[in-house]
Amino acid sequence: MERRALLQALGTGAAVAATGLTAGCATVGGKQAKVVVIGGGFAGSTAAKYIRMWSEGSVQVTMVEPNEAFWSCPISNLVLGGSKTMADITTPYDNLAKKHGVQVVRDSVTRIDPKAKTVTLAGGATLAYDRLIVSPGIDFMYEKIPGLNNAMAQAKVLHAWKAGPQTTALRQQLEAMPNGVVYALAIPGSPYRCPPGPYERACQIANYFQKAKPKSKVLILDANKDVTSKGKFFKAAWANKYPGMVEYRGSHKVMDVDVATNTLKFEFNDDVKADVLNVIPDMRAGTIARSSGLATADNRWCEVDFLTYESKAMPGVHVLGDAIAAAPKMPKSGHMANQHGKTCAAAVVAMLTGQEVPSMPIFANTCYSFLDTQEVVHVAAVYRYDAGKKTMLPVAGAGGLSAEPSKLEGTYAMAWAQNIWADMLA
Amino acid sequence: MFRTHMLLSVAAAGIVALATPAAAQTLQVKSWASACANCHGTNGKAQGAAASLAGQSKNDLISKMQAFKSGQRPATLMHQIAKGYTDEQIEQIAAYLAAQK
Repeated sequence: MERRALLQALGTGAAVAATGLTAGCATVGGKQAKVVVIGGGFAGSTAAKYIRMWSEGSVQVTMVEPNEAFWSCPISNLVLGGSKTMADITTPYDNLAKKHGVQVVRDSVTRIDPKAKTVTLAGGATLAYDRLIVSPGIDFMYEKIPGLNNAMAQAKVLHAWKAGPQTTALRQQLEAMPNGVVYALAIPGSPYRCPPGPYERACQIANYFQKAKPKSKVLILDANKDVTSKGKFFKAAWANKYPGMVEYRGSHKVMDVDVATNTLKFEFNDDVKADVLNVIPDMRAGTIARSSGLATADNRWCEVDFLTYESKAMPGVHVLGDAIAAAPKMPKSGHMANQHGKTCAAAVVAMLTGQEVPSMPIFANTCYSFLDTQEVVHVAAVYRYDAGKKTMLPVAGAGGLSAEPSKLEGTYAMAWAQNIWADMLA
Repeated sequence: MFRTHMLLSVAAAGIVALATPAAAQTLQVKSWASACANCHGTNGKAQGAAASLAGQSKNDLISKMQAFKSGQRPATLMHQIAKGYTDEQIEQIAAYLAAQK
């Protein structure tokens, strides 16, 4: 086996000294193999930790992340509703360095040079890599909403679709609202990050209004024809838990926003004026993925090989998380991003230590939504690599929805959050 | 019948082991088992309300998963997840988690 590994490694121009039965010592050109990870979200952090674990410390990993800590989008709707705080959804990056030896650099990448195999940081430094992992999350297509295409407008009409300062700011807007006025939530067409997220947000904000501002209303304006995920549960919750408080309008695609008058303008429907606007614009892969030529699908998402998550456009560069052009039935979720991170970590460790890349990825997606502060429903699926179609397909007969909302699933939802955050960062 | 089932799955796992280079199999099985970690903690060491899987006996893990798969054991979602895995995959994941201290 060691001989086979050595031959494979020599075939890719790397010299490998095998130290054990399970993992060789990863060296490239006589130096320790280096991986750079761009972005410390669900995918990037997981990839960084698991490459260190599975290479038994033999691959050097540097993760570049501009934020001071990880803020989780899952559970952030509960912060908007007031039943959780920002502290509850914040995890520091310290353990990645202390426990796993990941070098965490607080900066952003401005340029990828795939020929020189380097990335340039906003702070000016250059990092060399043997393999690069790009997990930049999403950016918003504000150019499609002219009235929001400037910083002042964006500071007033929030998305709060990346957890962090926007979560805090939207919560403050909700707290400042008088009783008896309207909060309007505009949802983009699919695909977007976290399909059930906007509908859960409507539940959480209605829950807050019920307690603090019972005459207020939540108005949902959805570019999709109908609720895109867990529809029967959300509709039942709006009707039964928050009667008269939540109004849903499908096929409402926002074309523009008049920020001065707080008015939403649609493709086909009448204008809507509300007191607090929360507009989630269309999304695409994070800027660095697009500026470096990785977003080959519609200049929007990055096409990858689902065995390795290596870019189809740029050898040696892997793309993970919400930025990828996912298989048709794979949602853009934190849980999936974590799984991309592990599949990619296994492939990268295999490549750098001269092992065979695992050929049969299988993983699950579990997605919980809070209907109030305790009752929760899930949707689950299991995905298996299909070698013929070269994609991840849901396993027939597996997966499904909750039988009914329950507090037990509320407990499991919090355990999910605790464990997945620890799986990435502890 | 259950015993026969288990014997078959052990035999099938043996065939997989013979057909796959050991190192690749290890990364493959680690990768499969890591899908449990999202809810059950890295290497099966859970926090909070989720069950810890690390260090449980391999046979217990297999019989629980098979009971979820057949619907015999009630669950909120594990019956839906278990149906996505073959007997061979369950066997190998159980062996990996049982070996975690």
